[in-house]
Amino acid sequence: MDLFLPESGLVIWMLIAFLIVFVILAKAGWPMIMGAVEKRNAHISDSLLAADEANKALAGIEQKRQETMAAAQAEQIRIMKESQDLKTQLIEEAKTQARKEAEKIVTDARLRMEKEQAEAMAQMKSEVVTLAVDIAEKLLQRELSDKQAQNDYIEQLLKNNPTQIQA
Amino acid sequence: MRNVLKHSVFFFFFALLALAPIQGMAQDSVQQPKKEKFDAKSFIFGHTGDSYCFHITEIKGEPVCVWLPVIVKCKDGGSWHCFSSKHVCELKEGETFNHKGANFYISPINADKYPGKLVEVKGDGSISRPFDISFTKNAFGIFLVVIFLLAFFLPAARKYKKDPMAQPTKYQGLVEWLTYTVLDGIIRPNIPEKKVKKFAPYLLTVFFFIFFANLFGLIPFFPFGANVTGNLSITVVLALLTYFFVNLFGNKHYWKDILWPDVPIFLKAFPLMPIIELISTITKPFALMVRLFANILAGHIVIMVLMALIFIIGGMYGAGMGGVMSVVSIFMTIFMTALELLVAYIQAYVFTILSSLFIGMAQHEPEHE
Repeated sequence: MDLFLPESGLVIWMLIAFLIVFVILAKAGWPMIMGAVEKRNAHISDSLLAADEANKALAGIEQKRQETMAAAQAEQIRIMKESQDLKTQLIEEAKTQARKEAEKIVTDARLRMEKEQAEAMAQMKSEVVTLAVDIAEKLLQRELSDKQAQNDYIEQLLKNNPTQIQA
Repeated sequence: MRNVLKHSVFFFFFALLALAPIQGMAQDSVQQPKKEKFDAKSFIFGHTGDSYCFHITEIKGEPVCVWLPVIVKCKDGGSWHCFSSKHVCELKEGETFNHKGANFYISPINADKYPGKLVEVKGDGSISRPFDISFTKNAFGIFLVVIFLLAFFLPAARKYKKDPMAQPTKYQGLVEWLTYTVLDGIIRPNIPEKKVKKFAPYLLTVFFFIFFANLFGLIPFFPFGANVTGNLSITVVLALLTYFFVNLFGNKHYWKDILWPDVPIFLKAFPLMPIIELISTITKPFALMVRLFANILAGHIVIMVLMALIFIIGGMYGAGMGGVMSVVSIFMTIFMTALELLVAYIQAYVFTILSSLFIGMAQHEPEHE
C-alpha cells in the first residue's frame, strides 16, 4: 500500500529540516543550556562546601575564643591573687619596718637617756666632788687640829652612800 | 461551581440526545435529494495522509485552504515545474493543469495508481509520476515543528550564554526541566558518561522533534494537525540518523562483536553469525521506524474512524442515529485524544531511549580484557 512507502520528496524535506534544527541546536542550543546548568551545579556544590568549611572555621574560632576567655580569666584570678599577696606582703613589710623604726627610736631614746643620765651623773659627781671639797675645805678650816678625828670622819663619809653625803 | 459545570455539560449532551431523533425525523419527512455516498476510506486516509494543500475548513461549500507550492521535475523532459497547488487541487474530474507544456492532475485518493499524488499526463494519455519535492502539508508540519523548537530553545540558550550564573527565569526553568528530564532520565542511564556530551544534542533534538510533532498532530486546526510522525517518510529519516549515529561512532569492540563474535569458530568462519549481526544492526532502526509510524498513524486513524462513524451510521440509519452517534463519538474521541497525548510522550520516549540504548551499546567498553 502507498502508505507504507516513504515519499522521496518528503524524505528530502525532512532530512533538510531535521539537519537544520539539529545543527543549530547542537551548536547554539544544548551545549549552552547544559553548560550553564552544570556550571551552576558546580557553583552550588562549591558554595555549599565553602559554607561548610566556613562553619567549621567559625566553630574553631569560637573554641579559640572560649579558650582565650578562660585563659584571660585564669590570668585575672592569678593577678588578683598575686596583688593580694603583694598587698599582705607590703603590709607585713611596712609593719616590720615600722616596728624596727619604733625599736630604733626607743633604743635611741634609751641610749640618749642613758647618756644624759651618765652626763648628769658625771655632773653630779663633779658637783659632789666640789661639794665634798667645799665641805672638806670648810672642815679643814674648822677643825684642822684634830687630825685623827678628821680621818675617821672622812672614812666614815666615804664608806657610806654618797647620797648620804649629799644629805 | 465545578459540579454545576459538570452537570450542565451532561445536560447539554442529553438534550442533544433527546433532540436528535426529532431533528432526524423532520429531515426524513422532507426527503432531501440524495447526496453522494460517504467514502470512509478516502475521508480517513485523506486526513491522515499527506496533501498538496493545507485544507483548513469549508465555507458555503467552498474549501478554505493554504495553497502550498508544488515542485516537480518531469521524468523524461527533465524540466522543473513550480506552481501553486491551487491550480491542481481545484481541478474537476477529467481536467488537467498545463504548466509550461506539461499536463498535471492529482490522482484521486481511491485511484489504483498513485492515489492522492500529482501525476503527469503524457500526450498518449499514459500517466507517470514526476520526481516530486513539493512542499506538502507534512513538509509544512515539519518546518512548523522546527521553527517551534528553535523559537523555544534558542532564546533560553542565548540567556544562558549571556549570563550563565544569573537566576533562571520561569521560562528557563521550563526549558531546563524539559532538557534534564530527557538528559537524566533517558540519555545518561544508557550512554557512558564520557560520551554524553557527544550524543546528547542528537538525542535531545530527536526527542523534542518527535514529541512536539506528535503533539502538534493532535491539535485539529490550522496550522497544526499535520500527521508528521505518522508518516513513514519522516520516521525513516529519524531511523536512518539513529543508524548512522550507532554505526559511524561505534567503537572497535562493537565492530568486533559484529564481525567476529565470541562464538564457536564454525559459526563465524562460515559467516553465519556476522551476517545475522549485520542484519540485526538494520532491524533495530527498522523497528524504531515502524513503531513510531504505526503508533501515531493508528492513533490518528482511530480518531478519524470515530469521526467517520458518525457519517456512516448517519448514512445507514438516517441523520437521527448520526446525531446519537456523534455524542458517542465525541466522548470516544475525547478519550482517544487523551490517550494519544500519552502516546505522544511515550513514543518520543521510546524512540529516544532505544536510540540512546543502541548508541550506548556501540560505545560500550569491555570492563576487563
